[in-house]
Amino acid sequence: MTNTDTSKKWVPYLLLAPGALWLALFFLTPMFNLGATSLYDPSGSLETGYVMNGHVGNYADALGEYWPQFLRSFTFAAIATVLALIIAYPLAYAIALKSGQWKNILLVLVIAPFFTSFLLRTLAWTALLGDNSSFVHFLQDIHILPEGGRILATPFAVVMCLTYNFLPFMTLPLFTSLEKVDPRLIEAAGDLYSKPFNGFHRVVLPLSMPGVVAGTLLTFIPASGDYINAQLLGGIKNTTMIGNVIDRAFLERGAYPTAAALSFLLMAAIVILVATYVKRAGTDELV
Amino acid sequence: MNWIRKNIIMIVGLLVLFYMFIPVFVVIALSFNEPKSRLTYTFDKFTFDNWLHPCSGAEAMCPAVMVSLKIGLISTIGATILGTLMAYALMRYRFRGKGVANLLLFLPMASPEVVLGSSLLTLFVSASFPLGFWTILIAHIMFCLSFVVVTVKARLAGMDPRLEQAAMDLYANEWQTFRRITLPLLAPGIASAALLSFSLSFDDFIVTNFNSGSTVTFPMFVWGSAQRGIPVNVIGSAVFLIALAIVVLGQIIGARKRKALAA
Repeated sequence: MTNTDTSKKWVPYLLLAPGALWLALFFLTPMFNLGATSLYDPSGSLETGYVMNGHVGNYADALGEYWPQFLRSFTFAAIATVLALIIAYPLAYAIALKSGQWKNILLVLVIAPFFTSFLLRTLAWTALLGDNSSFVHFLQDIHILPEGGRILATPFAVVMCLTYNFLPFMTLPLFTSLEKVDPRLIEAAGDLYSKPFNGFHRVVLPLSMPGVVAGTLLTFIPASGDYINAQLLGGIKNTTMIGNVIDRAFLERGAYPTAAALSFLLMAAIVILVATYVKRAGTDELV
Repeated sequence: MNWIRKNIIMIVGLLVLFYMFIPVFVVIALSFNEPKSRLTYTFDKFTFDNWLHPCSGAEAMCPAVMVSLKIGLISTIGATILGTLMAYALMRYRFRGKGVANLLLFLPMASPEVVLGSSLLTLFVSASFPLGFWTILIAHIMFCLSFVVVTVKARLAGMDPRLEQAAMDLYANEWQTFRRITLPLLAPGIASAALLSFSLSFDDFIVTNFNSGSTVTFPMFVWGSAQRGIPVNVIGSAVFLIALAIVVLGQIIGARKRKALAA
Protein backbone atom coordinates (compact mmCIF):
# COMPACT_ATOMS: atom_id res chain seq x y z
CA MET A 1 0.00 0.00 0.00
CA THR A 2 1.58 3.23 -1.08
CA ASN A 3 -0.41 6.22 -0.05
CA THR A 4 -0.76 8.73 -2.85
CA ASP A 5 -3.60 10.80 -1.45
CA THR A 6 -2.46 14.30 -2.41
CA SER A 7 -4.35 16.12 0.36
CA LYS A 8 -2.11 14.47 2.96
CA LYS A 9 1.28 15.12 1.50
CA TRP A 10 2.63 16.35 4.81
CA VAL A 11 1.99 13.09 6.70
CA PRO A 12 5.26 11.30 5.80
CA TYR A 13 7.27 14.43 6.57
CA LEU A 14 5.61 14.70 9.95
CA LEU A 15 6.46 11.06 10.71
CA LEU A 16 10.05 11.52 9.60
CA ALA A 17 10.64 14.88 11.26
CA PRO A 18 11.54 13.90 14.85
CA GLY A 19 14.04 11.20 13.88
CA ALA A 20 15.51 13.20 11.01
CA LEU A 21 15.90 16.20 13.28
CA TRP A 22 17.72 14.08 15.85
CA LEU A 23 20.13 12.79 13.21
CA ALA A 24 20.64 16.26 11.77
CA LEU A 25 21.43 17.68 15.20
CA PHE A 26 23.51 14.87 16.62
CA PHE A 27 25.04 13.22 13.57
CA LEU A 28 25.36 15.81 10.78
CA THR A 29 26.13 18.88 12.91
CA PRO A 30 28.89 17.02 14.80
CA MET A 31 30.39 15.98 11.46
CA PHE A 32 30.58 19.61 10.34
CA ASN A 33 31.93 20.52 13.72
CA LEU A 34 34.57 17.82 13.42
CA GLY A 35 35.52 19.21 10.03
CA ALA A 36 35.79 22.72 11.49
CA THR A 37 37.82 21.51 14.46
CA SER A 38 40.27 19.82 12.13
CA LEU A 39 41.07 23.24 10.63
CA TYR A 40 41.79 25.02 13.92
CA ASP A 41 45.19 26.42 14.72
CA PRO A 42 46.94 23.52 16.50
CA SER A 43 48.80 25.87 18.87
CA GLY A 44 45.64 26.45 20.95
CA SER A 45 44.39 24.21 23.74
CA LEU A 46 41.07 23.38 25.43
CA GLU A 47 41.80 25.89 28.20
CA THR A 48 42.97 28.81 26.08
CA GLY A 49 40.57 28.11 23.24
CA TYR A 50 41.31 27.51 19.57
CA VAL A 51 41.68 30.00 16.76
CA MET A 52 39.99 29.13 13.48
CA ASN A 53 42.46 29.86 10.73
CA GLY A 54 41.81 27.16 8.16
CA HIS A 55 44.99 25.33 9.06
CA VAL A 56 44.92 22.59 6.37
CA GLY A 57 48.40 21.59 7.52
CA ASN A 58 46.76 19.57 10.29
CA TYR A 59 45.91 16.94 7.72
CA ALA A 60 49.43 16.74 6.36
CA ASP A 61 50.81 16.54 9.89
CA ALA A 62 48.32 13.86 10.94
CA LEU A 63 48.93 11.75 7.87
CA GLY A 64 52.68 12.21 7.98
CA GLU A 65 52.91 11.11 11.58
CA TYR A 66 50.27 8.40 11.71
CA TRP A 67 50.12 6.78 8.28
CA PRO A 68 51.57 3.50 9.64
CA GLN A 69 48.67 3.20 12.09
CA PHE A 70 46.20 3.96 9.31
CA LEU A 71 47.70 1.29 7.13
CA ARG A 72 47.78 -1.20 10.01
CA SER A 73 44.13 -0.58 10.89
CA PHE A 74 42.97 -1.29 7.38
CA THR A 75 45.24 -4.33 7.07
CA PHE A 76 44.07 -5.80 10.38
CA ALA A 77 40.43 -5.09 9.53
CA ALA A 78 40.77 -6.63 6.06
CA ILE A 79 42.39 -9.83 7.39
CA ALA A 80 39.80 -10.10 10.17
CA THR A 81 36.99 -9.62 7.62
CA VAL A 82 38.28 -12.38 5.34
CA LEU A 83 38.80 -14.75 8.28
CA ALA A 84 35.32 -13.99 9.63
CA LEU A 85 33.83 -14.71 6.19
CA ILE A 86 35.62 -18.07 6.01
CA ILE A 87 34.56 -19.03 9.53
CA ALA A 88 30.99 -17.70 9.40
CA TYR A 89 30.03 -19.10 6.00
CA PRO A 90 29.84 -22.79 6.99
CA LEU A 91 27.93 -21.86 10.14
CA ALA A 92 25.41 -19.71 8.28
CA TYR A 93 25.10 -22.38 5.58
CA ALA A 94 24.52 -25.15 8.10
CA ILE A 95 21.84 -23.16 9.94
CA ALA A 96 20.09 -21.93 6.81
CA LEU A 97 20.06 -25.11 4.74
CA LYS A 98 20.92 -28.11 6.90
CA SER A 99 19.43 -27.60 10.33
CA GLY A 100 15.74 -28.41 9.73
CA GLN A 101 13.74 -28.15 12.96
CA TRP A 102 16.80 -26.96 14.94
CA LYS A 103 17.02 -23.71 12.99
CA ASN A 104 15.53 -21.37 15.60
CA ILE A 105 17.51 -22.85 18.47
CA LEU A 106 20.78 -22.59 16.53
CA LEU A 107 20.00 -18.97 15.64
CA VAL A 108 19.43 -18.10 19.30
CA LEU A 109 22.73 -19.83 20.12
CA VAL A 110 24.53 -17.67 17.56
CA ILE A 111 23.26 -14.50 19.24
CA ALA A 112 23.49 -15.75 22.85
CA PRO A 113 27.24 -15.19 23.43
CA PHE A 114 26.73 -11.58 22.51
CA PHE A 115 24.58 -10.91 25.51
CA THR A 116 27.77 -11.11 27.54
CA SER A 117 29.51 -7.79 27.53
CA PHE A 118 31.85 -7.21 24.58
CA LEU A 119 34.58 -6.11 26.99
CA LEU A 120 34.23 -9.16 29.23
CA ARG A 121 34.54 -11.54 26.31
CA THR A 122 37.62 -9.72 25.09
CA LEU A 123 39.07 -9.90 28.60
CA ALA A 124 38.33 -13.64 28.66
CA TRP A 125 40.51 -13.97 25.55
CA THR A 126 43.34 -12.15 27.28
CA ALA A 127 43.07 -14.81 29.99
CA LEU A 128 42.99 -17.66 27.45
CA LEU A 129 45.91 -16.33 25.42
CA GLY A 130 47.91 -14.93 28.36
CA ASP A 131 51.51 -15.91 28.99
CA ASN A 132 50.63 -18.37 31.76
CA SER A 133 47.61 -19.94 30.10
CA SER A 134 47.58 -23.68 29.41
CA PHE A 135 46.93 -23.00 25.72
CA VAL A 136 50.18 -21.07 25.36
CA HIS A 137 52.09 -23.69 27.40
CA PHE A 138 50.67 -26.39 25.15
CA LEU A 139 51.81 -24.56 22.02
CA GLN A 140 55.26 -24.18 23.56
CA ASP A 141 55.38 -27.89 24.45
CA ILE A 142 54.65 -29.00 20.91
CA HIS A 143 57.12 -26.38 19.63
CA ILE A 144 54.71 -24.35 17.57
CA LEU A 145 55.69 -21.43 19.77
CA PRO A 146 59.33 -21.07 20.83
CA GLU A 147 60.22 -21.30 24.52
CA GLY A 148 59.01 -18.05 26.09
CA GLY A 149 57.10 -17.14 22.94
CA ARG A 150 53.96 -15.09 23.38
CA ILE A 151 50.56 -14.77 21.77
CA LEU A 152 49.30 -11.86 23.83
CA ALA A 153 50.68 -8.52 22.67
CA THR A 154 51.18 -9.76 19.10
CA PRO A 155 49.32 -8.69 15.93
CA PHE A 156 48.03 -12.28 15.77
CA ALA A 157 46.13 -11.86 19.04
CA VAL A 158 44.58 -8.56 17.92
CA VAL A 159 43.46 -9.89 14.54
CA MET A 160 42.13 -13.09 16.09
CA CYS A 161 40.05 -11.16 18.59
CA LEU A 162 38.77 -8.70 15.99
CA THR A 163 37.63 -11.71 13.96
CA TYR A 164 35.92 -13.21 16.98
CA ASN A 165 34.17 -10.05 18.10
CA PHE A 166 32.58 -9.23 14.75
CA LEU A 167 31.60 -12.79 13.83
CA PRO A 168 27.83 -12.35 14.39
CA PHE A 169 27.84 -9.26 12.12
CA MET A 170 29.08 -11.61 9.41
CA THR A 171 26.95 -14.63 10.29
CA LEU A 172 23.52 -12.98 10.41
CA PRO A 173 23.52 -11.28 6.97
CA LEU A 174 24.96 -14.47 5.44
CA PHE A 175 22.22 -16.49 7.09
CA THR A 176 19.52 -14.11 5.84
CA SER A 177 20.59 -14.41 2.22
CA LEU A 178 21.32 -18.16 2.39
CA GLU A 179 17.91 -18.81 3.89
CA LYS A 180 16.32 -17.46 0.72
CA VAL A 181 18.17 -20.00 -1.45
CA ASP A 182 15.74 -22.66 -2.64
CA PRO A 183 17.29 -26.06 -1.80
CA ARG A 184 15.76 -27.43 -5.00
CA LEU A 185 18.20 -25.31 -6.98
CA ILE A 186 21.08 -27.20 -5.38
CA GLU A 187 19.36 -30.50 -6.15
CA ALA A 188 18.81 -29.38 -9.72
CA ALA A 189 22.50 -28.60 -10.09
CA GLY A 190 23.27 -32.10 -8.79
CA ASP A 191 20.74 -33.67 -11.16
CA LEU A 192 22.47 -31.93 -14.03
CA TYR A 193 25.70 -33.68 -13.06
CA SER A 194 27.43 -30.77 -11.39
CA LYS A 195 29.96 -31.83 -8.78
CA PRO A 196 29.07 -30.62 -5.27
CA PHE A 197 31.76 -27.95 -5.34
CA ASN A 198 30.63 -26.65 -8.73
CA GLY A 199 27.06 -26.60 -7.52
CA PHE A 200 28.14 -24.43 -4.62
CA HIS A 201 30.39 -22.22 -6.68
CA ARG A 202 27.91 -21.65 -9.50
CA VAL A 203 24.59 -21.66 -7.66
CA VAL A 204 24.75 -21.01 -3.92
CA LEU A 205 27.64 -18.56 -3.76
CA PRO A 206 26.24 -16.11 -6.35
CA LEU A 207 22.83 -16.22 -4.66
CA SER A 208 24.40 -15.40 -1.30
CA MET A 209 26.39 -12.42 -2.61
CA PRO A 210 24.13 -9.76 -1.01
CA GLY A 211 24.82 -11.40 2.34
CA VAL A 212 28.55 -11.54 1.66
CA VAL A 213 28.63 -7.84 0.77
CA ALA A 214 26.53 -6.78 3.78
CA GLY A 215 28.49 -9.03 6.14
CA THR A 216 31.92 -7.87 4.99
CA LEU A 217 30.87 -4.21 5.33
CA LEU A 218 29.36 -4.74 8.77
CA THR A 219 32.61 -6.41 9.86
CA PHE A 220 35.17 -4.21 8.11
CA ILE A 221 33.79 -0.81 9.13
CA PRO A 222 33.69 -1.31 12.91
CA ALA A 223 36.89 -3.39 12.87
CA SER A 224 38.92 -0.64 11.19
CA GLY A 225 37.84 1.93 13.78
CA ASP A 226 38.10 -0.36 16.79
CA TYR A 227 40.66 0.23 19.51
CA ILE A 228 39.43 -2.03 22.30
CA ASN A 229 41.03 -5.19 20.91
CA ALA A 230 44.31 -3.45 20.17
CA GLN A 231 44.33 -1.95 23.65
CA LEU A 232 43.52 -5.11 25.59
CA LEU A 233 45.31 -7.74 23.50
CA GLY A 234 47.96 -5.73 21.74
CA GLY A 235 51.46 -4.74 22.68
CA ILE A 236 53.00 -1.31 22.98
CA LYS A 237 54.45 -0.89 19.52
CA ASN A 238 53.37 -2.96 16.56
CA THR A 239 49.64 -3.31 17.21
CA THR A 240 48.50 0.30 17.69
CA MET A 241 45.52 1.05 15.45
CA ILE A 242 44.19 4.41 14.32
CA GLY A 243 41.36 4.21 16.87
CA ASN A 244 43.91 4.13 19.70
CA VAL A 245 45.64 7.20 18.26
CA ILE A 246 42.39 9.16 17.92
CA ASP A 247 41.19 8.16 21.38
CA ARG A 248 44.46 9.21 23.03
CA ALA A 249 44.76 12.42 21.03
CA PHE A 250 41.27 13.52 22.12
CA LEU A 251 41.06 12.26 25.67
CA GLU A 252 44.65 12.17 26.94
CA ARG A 253 46.64 14.72 24.98
CA GLY A 254 43.75 17.08 24.27
CA ALA A 255 45.19 17.73 20.80
CA TYR A 256 41.81 18.43 19.24
CA PRO A 257 42.78 19.72 15.76
CA THR A 258 45.08 16.79 14.97
CA ALA A 259 42.64 14.29 16.45
CA ALA A 260 39.74 15.77 14.47
CA ALA A 261 41.81 15.63 11.27
CA LEU A 262 42.58 11.96 11.92
CA SER A 263 38.94 11.19 12.64
CA PHE A 264 37.83 12.97 9.47
CA LEU A 265 40.44 11.14 7.39
CA LEU A 266 39.26 7.79 8.78
CA MET A 267 35.67 8.62 7.89
CA ALA A 268 36.63 9.76 4.39
CA ALA A 269 38.78 6.68 3.76
CA ILE A 270 35.97 4.38 4.84
CA VAL A 271 33.33 6.16 2.76
CA ILE A 272 35.57 5.91 -0.32
CA LEU A 273 36.42 2.25 0.31
CA VAL A 274 32.80 1.32 0.92
CA ALA A 275 31.51 3.22 -2.12
CA THR A 276 34.06 1.56 -4.42
CA TYR A 277 33.39 -1.85 -2.95
CA VAL A 278 29.62 -1.58 -3.21
CA LYS A 279 29.91 -0.38 -6.79
CA ARG A 280 32.20 -3.25 -7.79
CA ALA A 281 30.08 -5.83 -6.00
CA GLY A 282 27.09 -4.41 -7.86
CA THR A 283 24.68 -4.38 -4.93
CA ASP A 284 23.00 -1.06 -4.33
CA GLU A 285 20.29 -2.69 -2.27
CA LEU A 286 22.03 -1.95 1.02
CA VAL A 287 20.54 1.43 1.75
CA MET B 1 33.28 -42.08 7.02
CA ASN B 2 30.32 -41.60 4.76
CA TRP B 3 28.38 -40.12 7.65
CA ILE B 4 31.12 -37.56 8.27
CA ARG B 5 31.22 -36.67 4.60
CA LYS B 6 27.48 -36.18 4.47
CA ASN B 7 27.37 -33.98 7.56
CA ILE B 8 30.67 -32.17 7.20
CA ILE B 9 29.06 -28.71 6.94
CA MET B 10 26.97 -29.26 10.05
CA ILE B 11 30.04 -30.47 11.96
CA VAL B 12 32.10 -27.45 10.93
CA GLY B 13 29.16 -25.19 11.75
CA LEU B 14 28.82 -26.62 15.25
CA LEU B 15 32.58 -26.27 15.82
CA VAL B 16 32.32 -22.58 14.88
CA LEU B 17 29.40 -22.22 17.28
CA PHE B 18 31.47 -23.83 20.04
CA TYR B 19 34.29 -21.38 19.29
CA MET B 20 31.85 -18.50 19.75
CA PHE B 21 31.04 -19.77 23.23
CA ILE B 22 34.63 -20.28 24.46
CA PRO B 23 35.03 -16.88 26.16
CA VAL B 24 31.53 -17.15 27.61
CA PHE B 25 32.53 -20.43 29.29
CA VAL B 26 35.57 -18.66 30.74
CA VAL B 27 33.40 -15.83 32.06
CA ILE B 28 30.95 -18.28 33.64
CA ALA B 29 33.74 -20.38 35.19
CA LEU B 30 35.43 -17.33 36.66
CA SER B 31 32.16 -16.18 38.18
CA PHE B 32 32.43 -19.15 40.58
CA ASN B 33 36.06 -18.41 41.35
CA GLU B 34 37.53 -17.12 44.57
CA PRO B 35 40.95 -15.92 43.49
CA LYS B 36 43.92 -15.79 45.84
CA SER B 37 45.09 -12.58 44.27
CA ARG B 38 43.03 -10.06 42.40
CA LEU B 39 45.44 -9.85 39.53
CA THR B 40 45.35 -13.40 38.21
CA TYR B 41 42.89 -15.27 36.06
CA THR B 42 43.72 -18.71 37.49
CA PHE B 43 40.90 -20.72 38.98
CA ASP B 44 41.70 -21.09 42.69
CA LYS B 45 38.65 -22.04 44.71
CA PHE B 46 35.00 -22.73 43.99
CA THR B 47 32.53 -20.31 45.56
CA PHE B 48 28.96 -19.06 45.20
CA ASP B 49 29.80 -15.75 46.85
CA ASN B 50 29.98 -13.76 43.65
CA TRP B 51 26.44 -14.77 42.81
CA LEU B 52 25.03 -14.36 46.30
CA HIS B 53 26.56 -10.96 46.95
CA PRO B 54 27.08 -9.41 43.54
CA CYS B 55 27.49 -5.89 44.88
CA SER B 56 30.09 -6.56 47.55
CA GLY B 57 33.76 -6.19 46.75
CA ALA B 58 33.61 -3.76 43.88
CA GLU B 59 31.64 -0.89 45.35
CA ALA B 60 31.29 1.17 42.21
CA MET B 61 29.92 -1.65 40.10
CA CYS B 62 26.24 -1.79 41.02
CA PRO B 63 25.72 1.98 40.55
CA ALA B 64 27.42 1.63 37.15
CA VAL B 65 25.05 -1.19 36.18
CA MET B 66 22.12 0.99 37.27
CA VAL B 67 23.33 3.89 35.12
CA SER B 68 23.66 1.55 32.13
CA LEU B 69 20.20 0.07 32.67
CA LYS B 70 18.68 3.54 32.93
CA ILE B 71 20.41 4.82 29.79
CA GLY B 72 19.64 1.57 27.98
CA LEU B 73 15.92 1.77 28.78
CA ILE B 74 15.41 5.45 27.99
CA SER B 75 17.42 5.36 24.77
CA THR B 76 15.61 2.18 23.69
CA ILE B 77 12.23 3.83 24.16
CA GLY B 78 13.36 7.00 22.38
CA ALA B 79 15.04 5.27 19.46
CA THR B 80 12.22 2.74 19.02
CA ILE B 81 9.51 5.39 18.80
CA LEU B 82 11.44 7.72 16.48
CA GLY B 83 12.68 4.80 14.35
CA THR B 84 9.29 3.12 13.97
CA LEU B 85 7.71 6.36 12.75
CA MET B 86 10.52 6.82 10.24
CA ALA B 87 10.31 3.24 8.99
CA TYR B 88 6.55 3.55 8.51
CA ALA B 89 6.91 6.78 6.53
CA LEU B 90 9.63 5.29 4.33
CA MET B 91 7.78 2.08 3.54
CA ARG B 92 4.19 3.27 3.21
CA TYR B 93 4.41 6.67 1.52
CA ARG B 94 5.80 8.01 -1.69
CA PHE B 95 7.34 11.45 -1.24
CA ARG B 96 10.15 13.73 -2.33
CA GLY B 97 13.41 13.43 -0.46
CA LYS B 98 13.10 9.74 0.36
CA GLY B 99 16.58 9.10 -1.00
CA VAL B 100 18.05 11.78 1.24
CA ALA B 101 16.27 10.31 4.26
CA ASN B 102 17.62 6.85 3.45
CA LEU B 103 21.13 8.22 3.09
CA LEU B 104 20.84 10.08 6.39
CA LEU B 105 19.91 6.79 8.06
CA PHE B 106 22.62 4.77 6.33
CA LEU B 107 25.55 7.07 7.14
CA PRO B 108 25.62 6.59 10.93
CA MET B 109 25.73 2.82 10.38
CA ALA B 110 28.63 3.24 7.96
CA SER B 111 30.62 5.42 10.35
CA PRO B 112 33.08 3.83 12.75
CA GLU B 113 32.28 4.44 16.40
CA VAL B 114 35.40 6.52 17.03
CA VAL B 115 34.19 9.00 14.43
CA LEU B 116 30.64 9.15 15.85
CA GLY B 117 31.95 9.56 19.39
CA SER B 118 34.68 12.07 18.67
CA SER B 119 32.52 14.27 16.42
CA LEU B 120 29.84 14.49 19.11
CA LEU B 121 32.53 15.36 21.63
CA THR B 122 33.71 18.30 19.50
CA LEU B 123 30.10 19.50 19.24
CA PHE B 124 29.43 19.30 22.97
CA VAL B 125 32.75 20.94 23.79
CA SER B 126 32.28 23.84 21.39
CA ALA B 127 28.71 24.35 22.63
CA SER B 128 29.99 24.15 26.23
CA PHE B 129 27.37 21.50 26.94
CA PRO B 130 28.36 19.61 30.11
CA LEU B 131 29.29 15.96 29.46
CA GLY B 132 27.47 13.30 31.45
CA PHE B 133 24.23 11.32 31.61
CA TRP B 134 22.39 13.45 29.04
CA THR B 135 25.17 13.49 26.46
CA ILE B 136 25.45 9.69 26.68
CA LEU B 137 21.70 9.41 26.20
CA ILE B 138 21.72 11.73 23.17
CA ALA B 139 24.52 9.71 21.58
CA HIS B 140 22.88 6.34 22.24
CA ILE B 141 19.53 7.36 20.74
CA MET B 142 21.45 8.64 17.69
CA PHE B 143 23.32 5.41 16.94
CA CYS B 144 20.40 3.08 17.83
CA LEU B 145 17.97 4.92 15.53
CA SER B 146 19.26 3.56 12.20
CA PHE B 147 19.24 -0.01 13.49
CA VAL B 148 15.62 0.35 14.63
CA VAL B 149 14.60 1.69 11.21
CA VAL B 150 16.32 -1.18 9.38
CA THR B 151 14.71 -3.82 11.62
CA VAL B 152 11.18 -2.37 11.47
CA LYS B 153 11.45 -1.77 7.71
CA ALA B 154 12.29 -5.43 7.19
CA ARG B 155 9.16 -6.45 9.09
CA LEU B 156 6.99 -3.96 7.15
CA ALA B 157 8.36 -5.30 3.88
CA GLY B 158 7.21 -8.80 4.83
CA MET B 159 3.67 -7.69 5.71
CA ASP B 160 0.82 -8.14 3.29
CA PRO B 161 -0.28 -4.59 2.33
CA ARG B 162 -3.69 -5.94 1.34
CA LEU B 163 -4.62 -6.27 5.02
CA GLU B 164 -4.26 -2.52 5.40
CA GLN B 165 -6.11 -1.90 2.16
CA ALA B 166 -8.94 -4.11 3.38
CA ALA B 167 -9.26 -2.05 6.55
CA MET B 168 -9.36 1.14 4.49
CA ASP B 169 -12.00 -0.37 2.23
CA LEU B 170 -14.06 -1.02 5.33
CA TYR B 171 -13.99 2.72 6.08
CA ALA B 172 -11.24 2.73 8.72
CA ASN B 173 -9.33 5.98 8.55
CA GLU B 174 -5.56 6.13 8.42
CA TRP B 175 -5.07 6.34 12.17
CA GLN B 176 -7.53 3.50 12.88
CA THR B 177 -5.84 1.33 10.28
CA PHE B 178 -2.45 2.00 11.80
CA ARG B 179 -3.64 1.43 15.37
CA ARG B 180 -5.77 -1.70 14.79
CA ILE B 181 -4.03 -3.44 11.87
CA THR B 182 -0.49 -2.21 11.23
CA LEU B 183 0.73 -1.84 14.80
CA PRO B 184 -0.29 -5.31 16.05
CA LEU B 185 1.21 -6.96 12.97
CA LEU B 186 4.34 -4.88 13.37
CA ALA B 187 4.79 -5.70 17.08
CA PRO B 188 7.34 -8.53 16.72
CA GLY B 189 9.50 -6.30 14.51
CA ILE B 190 9.28 -3.46 17.01
CA ALA B 191 10.12 -5.85 19.85
CA SER B 192 13.26 -7.14 18.16
CA ALA B 193 14.27 -3.58 17.28
CA ALA B 194 13.90 -2.60 20.93
CA LEU B 195 15.93 -5.61 22.09
CA LEU B 196 18.66 -4.74 19.59
CA SER B 197 18.70 -1.09 20.74
CA PHE B 198 18.97 -2.09 24.36
CA SER B 199 21.87 -4.45 23.79
CA LEU B 200 23.67 -1.88 21.59
CA SER B 201 23.25 0.79 24.24
CA PHE B 202 24.02 -1.40 27.26
CA ASP B 203 27.22 -2.74 25.70
CA ASP B 204 28.55 0.43 24.10
CA PHE B 205 31.97 1.55 25.15
CA ILE B 206 33.64 3.61 22.42
CA VAL B 207 30.99 6.31 21.83
CA THR B 208 30.22 6.48 25.54
CA ASN B 209 33.88 6.87 26.47
CA PHE B 210 34.07 10.07 24.43
CA ASN B 211 30.92 11.64 25.83
CA SER B 212 30.59 10.43 29.41
CA GLY B 213 32.37 13.14 31.38
CA SER B 214 32.50 11.70 34.88
CA THR B 215 29.47 9.40 34.51
CA VAL B 216 30.45 5.72 34.73
CA THR B 217 28.45 3.15 32.79
CA PHE B 218 28.92 -0.59 33.20
CA PRO B 219 31.29 -1.05 30.21
CA MET B 220 33.32 1.92 31.44
CA PHE B 221 33.54 0.35 34.88
CA VAL B 222 34.76 -2.93 33.36
CA TRP B 223 37.32 -1.01 31.31
CA GLY B 224 38.52 0.83 34.39
CA SER B 225 38.93 -2.38 36.36
CA ALA B 226 40.66 -4.06 33.43
CA GLN B 227 43.39 -1.44 33.64
CA ARG B 228 43.99 -2.52 37.24
CA GLY B 229 43.29 -6.28 36.96
CA ILE B 230 39.78 -7.74 37.15
CA PRO B 231 37.77 -7.92 40.32
CA VAL B 232 35.94 -11.18 39.92
CA ASN B 233 32.60 -9.83 41.07
CA VAL B 234 32.24 -7.86 37.87
CA ILE B 235 32.14 -11.13 36.06
CA GLY B 236 29.65 -12.73 38.41
CA SER B 237 27.03 -10.08 37.97
CA ALA B 238 27.65 -9.72 34.27
CA VAL B 239 26.77 -13.36 33.85
CA PHE B 240 23.68 -12.69 35.88
CA LEU B 241 22.63 -10.09 33.36
CA ILE B 242 23.15 -12.52 30.51
CA ALA B 243 21.02 -15.08 32.27
CA LEU B 244 18.34 -12.43 32.58
CA ALA B 245 18.59 -11.61 28.91
CA ILE B 246 18.30 -15.25 27.92
CA VAL B 247 15.20 -15.65 30.05
CA VAL B 248 13.59 -12.62 28.43
CA LEU B 249 14.49 -13.96 25.01
CA GLY B 250 13.12 -17.38 25.87
CA GLN B 251 9.88 -15.78 27.01
CA ILE B 252 9.50 -13.90 23.77
CA ILE B 253 10.16 -16.98 21.69
CA GLY B 254 7.83 -19.07 23.85
CA ALA B 255 5.07 -16.49 23.51
CA ARG B 256 5.48 -16.46 19.77
CA LYS B 257 5.31 -20.26 19.61
CA ARG B 258 2.09 -20.29 21.67
CA LYS B 259 0.63 -17.65 19.39
CA ALA B 260 1.58 -19.69 16.35
CA LEU B 261 -0.07 -22.75 17.86
CA ALA B 262 -3.23 -20.84 18.69
CA ALA B 263 -3.48 -19.36 15.23
